[in-house]
Amino acid sequence: VNVRLYLLQRGSAAVMLPLVLLHLGVIFYASRRGLSAADILGRTRGSLFWGTFYAAFVVAAATHAAIGMRVIAAEWTGLRGAALEVGMWSFGLLLAALGLVAVAAVVLA
Amino acid sequence: MAEIAVSLWRGKADGSYQLYRVPQRDNQTVLDVVTWVQRNADPALAYRFACRVGMCGSCAMTVNGRPRWTCRTHTSKVVKHGKLEIGPLANLPIIKDLACDLIEEIVPITAARQAADAGIECINCAVCYAACDSVRWNPDYLGPAALNRAWTLVNDVRDTGQRQRLYAVAAAGGCHVCHSHQSCQQHCPNALNPTASIAGLKRRTMAAYLKGELE
Repeated sequence: VNVRLYLLQRGSAAVMLPLVLLHLGVIFYASRRGLSAADILGRTRGSLFWGTFYAAFVVAAATHAAIGMRVIAAEWTGLRGAALEVGMWSFGLLLAALGLVAVAAVVLA
Repeated sequence: MAEIAVSLWRGKADGSYQLYRVPQRDNQTVLDVVTWVQRNADPALAYRFACRVGMCGSCAMTVNGRPRWTCRTHTSKVVKHGKLEIGPLANLPIIKDLACDLIEEIVPITAARQAADAGIECINCAVCYAACDSVRWNPDYLGPAALNRAWTLVNDVRDTGQRQRLYAVAAAGGCHVCHSHQSCQQHCPNALNPTASIAGLKRRTMAAYLKGELE
């Protein structure tokens, strides 16, 4: 079980790394002469690529953060057992839901 | 006082025997003779010993043509006509005088053995355990000393408990609790690196998990 969490933690970090780099690259490119909401939405709206891109990031980030928070909760509060698992899943699903709503807002709207 | 005429090998393979006159005493071992020469006649004499009581095997030399432990050989048993000949062990490369190179000849050097040797000198002093943040934060954690020991055994080809051990170190409180702060390595008085051992366990358990061996 610990190996699975370890793999997911490292794997999600590996997924996020190129996504973050491309995201930063696009920020530099997009803000070369001012930035407007219309520009951003023009790129993302209806785009299968950016929809998939940010959805993948949201899932990886939610996975990574939930496992990390599970460790911090265990070490700082002594949480163990079912409460720890429920906490991890709740936090992860909350992050995923919030993130996916945000992605939907810029892609589908 | 009675003396022994001691012929001691000096130099490497192309060396020769040199004569020393050593006082003979009661209950004197051949190792005592060699030590007397180094302390009183020639401080440059090279030889090995550690326990002096037949436990460690460091002091083996060729005494009057026979290989034996010098610490367990009394001069009263081997001195003939007031003479004694002490040389390095045969069949091994001579480093200097009475010291041979045992490691190169009799210990097979493989990557696994080197990995095991890197952590083998742990004597369980608990300095790493006391230095570890993860131990402080997680009472279930096995700690750096135990995991370092596990890593030496994982790399021991003779060991037959590999599966159970990997399962134990992959369980809750196992190697994945480590945050790689490296305090264990920083404070280890023997200059060992338990963090590297634990990283090895993480790699090995991950490989075993991906092969389905940890289910």
